[in-house]
Amino acid sequence: MSQNLVELSVNGSIQVMWAWESDTLLHVLREVLGLTGTKNGCEAGHCGACTVWIDGIPRLACLTPVGSVVNSEITTVEGLGSWWQERHPSSHYHPIQRAFVESGAVQCGFCTPGMLMAAAALLRDVKFLTDQDILERLAGHLCRCTGYEQIVQAIRQAALTEVTEQ
Amino acid sequence: MTVKAPDLIPMSLGTNVKHRIDAWAKVTGQALYADDIRWPNMAYGVLVASPYPHARIVKIDLEPARTRPGVLAAIAGPGSVAPYGIMPSTQDEQAMATEKVIYLGEPVAAIAATTLDAAREAAHHILCEYEMLKPVLRPGVEQARPLIDPVHPERPQKDLFKEVDLEFGDTAEGFVHAFKTAEDTFFYQGSAHVAMEPHSALGYWTPEGRVELVTATQTPHYVQRELAVALGIDTYRIRVRTSVVGGGFGGKSELFPHEIATVLLSRACGRPVKITLSREEVFYAHRGRHPVSMKVKTAWDNNGKIQAMDFQSVLDGGAYASYGLATTYYTGALQTVSYAIPRYHFHAERWYTNKPPCGPKRGHGTTQPRALLEVHFDRVARELGIDPIELRRRNLTPPYSVTVNQLEVGSSGLQTCLDKVESLSNWHARHVRHEPDRGLGFACSTYLSGAGLPIYWNSLPHSGVRMAVNRDGSVQVFCGLTDIGQGAETMLVVLVAKALGINADRIRVHTADTATTPVDLGSYSSRVSMMAGNAVLEAAQRMHQILKDSVCAHKGVEPSQVTQDGEVFHVQGDEAVPFTQAVLWAEEDIGPLTTFGSYTPPKVLGHYKGAGVGPSPAYSFTACVADVKVDRGDGRIRVHHLWVAHDLGTPLHRPSVEGQIRGGVVMGLGEVLMERQVFNPDGRHRGPHLLGYLIPSIQDIPPITVAVVGEPDPKGPMGAKEVGQGPLNPVIPAVINAISDAVGIDLNETPVTPDNVLRALDQQSRRQRL
Repeated sequence: MSQNLVELSVNGSIQVMWAWESDTLLHVLREVLGLTGTKNGCEAGHCGACTVWIDGIPRLACLTPVGSVVNSEITTVEGLGSWWQERHPSSHYHPIQRAFVESGAVQCGFCTPGMLMAAAALLRDVKFLTDQDILERLAGHLCRCTGYEQIVQAIRQAALTEVTEQ
Repeated sequence: MTVKAPDLIPMSLGTNVKHRIDAWAKVTGQALYADDIRWPNMAYGVLVASPYPHARIVKIDLEPARTRPGVLAAIAGPGSVAPYGIMPSTQDEQAMATEKVIYLGEPVAAIAATTLDAAREAAHHILCEYEMLKPVLRPGVEQARPLIDPVHPERPQKDLFKEVDLEFGDTAEGFVHAFKTAEDTFFYQGSAHVAMEPHSALGYWTPEGRVELVTATQTPHYVQRELAVALGIDTYRIRVRTSVVGGGFGGKSELFPHEIATVLLSRACGRPVKITLSREEVFYAHRGRHPVSMKVKTAWDNNGKIQAMDFQSVLDGGAYASYGLATTYYTGALQTVSYAIPRYHFHAERWYTNKPPCGPKRGHGTTQPRALLEVHFDRVARELGIDPIELRRRNLTPPYSVTVNQLEVGSSGLQTCLDKVESLSNWHARHVRHEPDRGLGFACSTYLSGAGLPIYWNSLPHSGVRMAVNRDGSVQVFCGLTDIGQGAETMLVVLVAKALGINADRIRVHTADTATTPVDLGSYSSRVSMMAGNAVLEAAQRMHQILKDSVCAHKGVEPSQVTQDGEVFHVQGDEAVPFTQAVLWAEEDIGPLTTFGSYTPPKVLGHYKGAGVGPSPAYSFTACVADVKVDRGDGRIRVHHLWVAHDLGTPLHRPSVEGQIRGGVVMGLGEVLMERQVFNPDGRHRGPHLLGYLIPSIQDIPPITVAVVGEPDPKGPMGAKEVGQGPLNPVIPAVINAISDAVGIDLNETPVTPDNVLRALDQQSRRQRL
């Protein structure tokens, strides 16, 4: 087995690198591309901190071999703002980022990038959110600091922002 | 073509700090945690751990690993030149084990390579031979089975780490004259912190022979001090900085083997080295909640007033001392701060076992006795026919009093906390509800706002702040405190903005760097707001004086003619002077503007051995009511609602206060319902990962009503007391009391798992059949 030339599309730009196809996407993002916003909390798919979008779907980067995503579009927390800006040129930042700041949903911040990616996908997918939607879609994301309430509030707030902006 | 620039985030002006100052960096991926940092030419290190809980090391051969591709250095024990440890009187750790391993996961060697993969691969080639010994898994097992090898055979007391016996007043007399006596026993299971960020450190032994360490720690100044002992070099040669820390809860508050190993590997290979622990290794590094077996006996008069208490605890300490000395005393220290106990006897033992070392976890040593105490009070209330909240009310320690064990209690909002949760939960209506198997339970608790004595006894300040106002009009605050996610840096900004009357936007904080910040002892024992808060206020008040003096001098007026309103100094009969002008004048007068502030807690009252554990400048108080339903079929507990009232004096930053309370309450909920750091009979951890060790997820959270009560505390900065730890404590007994109210079973251990509930229900129905 040897390393292959891997071409990835990350946050809208093409990245080419030598990598083992079995390397995890998490490893490539953090160690090769220096995108350390995506966090490594357990390397086993248990905590949700490494969640990124693969073709718009929230997935665990620690369980994703990089060879399986060569033709996919990958979005990390660093690219969330520009993903939003492409669609809503009036802001650099996704409303969920602002809502996390304003609702006190961030404490240590280590689970935050994964939470944001899950929440932003949820906001995009579901027009009229219920609390049940939030609880279901964030069930795989552990947070030890906040007790979750302010995270739920932030998602509710962002849902309102999105509705009013459109 | 016009370029449409996106809106920038509006800056918050005014002295009011709405949002945490680090939040934007954290939601954009800009915040750098230790594992996110990469230094030029950095190597990657891994630790090689013992696979056995108790074994003699026969041989460790590094040679086969040294020739593997990419390997730069491999080292084996002891690593440290002298034993080290956080408590000066119980230093018993080495970076790596040499003769014996005493817990599964204890490091025996370390290896550095050009990549993490290479380091991990090479680690498998280190040859370790062990001769297995029977693991000691229960405290005091050597008493029953003298042939078993103790964990620490070299100690005269063998595995008995510490025995404490304290008596205040004549406890026996209290029992002789009692109207009623009661007794309960309880086992509180051990638990882990599970900060979402695994420990990580970058170490560099520079060519000049200095040490640079960037690490995820709660206590950079202690790490520096311990590292000097472990490496045998002068303290001033070592610089410890804290990265952004992804949660602590007590689990990152002393020197760890991986921190020493990064430095030693760096010395061996000449490059900076980073070591990040895996989630599994974090469970082995541990320092979490001690499992404690307890027994309480109390004597009461016919009015439901407590006459005497006898409290005994046996702590399972794990392999090393860690903070265990303090933990042992803490299991007996704060009972009297909640309740006016006139006669009190306390006995505690902490034992070494072949398990990962226990240490401080949120609520440090007070959580376990609190669970028993509050469960016990409920049972006494039932037997005396007094409402549980009323029984507490009759026994509260009055504000501004001295307890029998010589603790000085200041402001207390405990009474208000009780009243608040009583009314919020509609407590007195609980017996007219007709839903079967549903009940309400009450508990209250007390915590410190910082320990009154430092770990290293001396008369130096516990916290220091250096403040500079730059020519550009910015205020730079330097303080050794560590923001571990609780919002300590935001707290500094809140206080400085208010004290100087300036826009919060001007203020930058620089923290947790032993080279550039004055010592703050660290983020533990809920001390930061109290101590760094008071220190920063002192520095700000001195700065304010300097600015005002310069305004007076340049305007030729008396201080009484100058008042400040926001960023403007108003001068009687003259033009107003903006803050920025005052800064320039002051620099003209005295040079670059710098002030200092510091804080030293009041003198401790008690003079007995152990009097140093328990005193605090101010105590916080909490009360909680839990509404639960028990499923008799499968034994599951459903918590419907929690009401929590916390007395923290003045809340300094509302969102952070609410976040700390909610986070603490949910951690308590995890401890009572699901969390357990437990081991198989062969000494292996039952599940050193987040599926084997469950913590509450977003789906496990009931509605929680939070009430912030209390009056400004005279000792706290702008009246503030602690909020980081206290709210965890009452949740555990409140839930257990609610279960008892719901189905009439008395549970005597944590966590309350479905099988424990079913067993208790089964015993109950058998008793009823008799």
